[in-house]
Amino acid sequence: MAVVTLRAPLRDRAGGEANHDLPGATVGEVLRELERRHPKVTGWILDEQGRVRPHVNVFVNGERTREDGAVGEADVLQVLPSISGGYA
Amino acid sequence: MTELLVGTKKGLFVLEGDPSTGESFAIVTRAFAGDVVEYAIRDRRTGRYFAGVTSGFYGPRVLFTDDPAGEWQQAEGPAFPEGSETSLERIWRIEPGVADGVLYAGVAPAALFTSTDNGEHWELNEPLWKERLAGEWNPGAGGLALHSICTWPGKPDTLAVGVSAAGVWITEDGGQTWRTGYTGLVPEYMPEEQREGTNALCVHNMHRAPLRPERLFMQFHGNVYRSDDEGGSWTSIREGLPSGFGFPLVIDPADPDCAYVVPLVADVDRVTPEGKLRVHRTRDAGVTWTPLGDGLPSDEAYLTVLRQAFGSTGEGATQELYVGATSGDVWGSGDAGGHWFAAHERLAPVTSVRVA
Repeated sequence: MAVVTLRAPLRDRAGGEANHDLPGATVGEVLRELERRHPKVTGWILDEQGRVRPHVNVFVNGERTREDGAVGEADVLQVLPSISGGYA
Repeated sequence: MTELLVGTKKGLFVLEGDPSTGESFAIVTRAFAGDVVEYAIRDRRTGRYFAGVTSGFYGPRVLFTDDPAGEWQQAEGPAFPEGSETSLERIWRIEPGVADGVLYAGVAPAALFTSTDNGEHWELNEPLWKERLAGEWNPGAGGLALHSICTWPGKPDTLAVGVSAAGVWITEDGGQTWRTGYTGLVPEYMPEEQREGTNALCVHNMHRAPLRPERLFMQFHGNVYRSDDEGGSWTSIREGLPSGFGFPLVIDPADPDCAYVVPLVADVDRVTPEGKLRVHRTRDAGVTWTPLGDGLPSDEAYLTVLRQAFGSTGEGATQELYVGATSGDVWGSGDAGGHWFAAHERLAPVTSVRVA
């Protein structure tokens, strides 16, 4: 199981929990499982085509990757807003 | 009291006030702080509020509630089908339909979504989407946007939609088939030899006159038009306006000859002409226009009013009008534009204004 760590507002949409133990061999699979368990996250990290949104960053063990990035047992996925997002 | 839904670059502001007093409206609540609220509306049939919201990080979505100061619920969709390689970019408009429970959403990239359960679930209109894939639909400066949705009172299967920049699309069978209507629309931004037959038509706004539903008014990219044949052909009515360029348009639901526009200088200078904010009204279907500005900024006011930032309620001499600018200011009138007052100042840049 990989561990997905979330911050607000994603944490709040995922039952208020920051850490989630989830199965999956890729970032996309792990995040789809997060959506399945917490439907309120659907569409927030991945778009409807399963792509990580352009202004969201996913790090696996500290390395930035996208939806097709490999995930191993006990890997840590951090989901963070990108500095390129938001509005002035 | 009037309740005003003001979408801004920094959330939804719900204002409340009495336009007959000429005093500023109070902020009742602010929702979606930090996110762009492109459009907000209250479906007067059910009392349910809807907002099209885009997070700069987490993308666009439709949310609804019965109490805008309470919790908002995320709708299921609009979303493009998996495998379509297309992702929702923005919600441009949410429009109640004619049949019970039906609402429409116009989005970018240009597509129409329909809900049959009061906005809780949304489905892509596939036939129009196939037209978009088969045709050469090009984006305007604001993206490829389906932003105008004109229902026909008493005819739930008839709809006209406006797309920037792919013209007018009309269905009479509930969205199963679509045809275009563009005779008379002149894309002056195209070389003369390429204008004929092109669908690169930058519709900025379109409204139907409910008491004469075959009539539509359109703010175009550099012109204002009227159609008296359900959108099949269009006649320029820009004569008498300081400019043909602008974005919003409002009609008087009780007067099929009445429309309001807010001209801007031109596409290369999208501010109010001569430093004055003026709403222009016709009461003779566009033969003549009257500038309305008593109480509006008239000195060094170089303002931009966006496509959905002009709303109204009521009709005739007591029609209430509300116009918002990217300066963050909102002005209102309780007498069809005869007199104006500052409904609120110094909000975030205004993207939409609708009366609840």
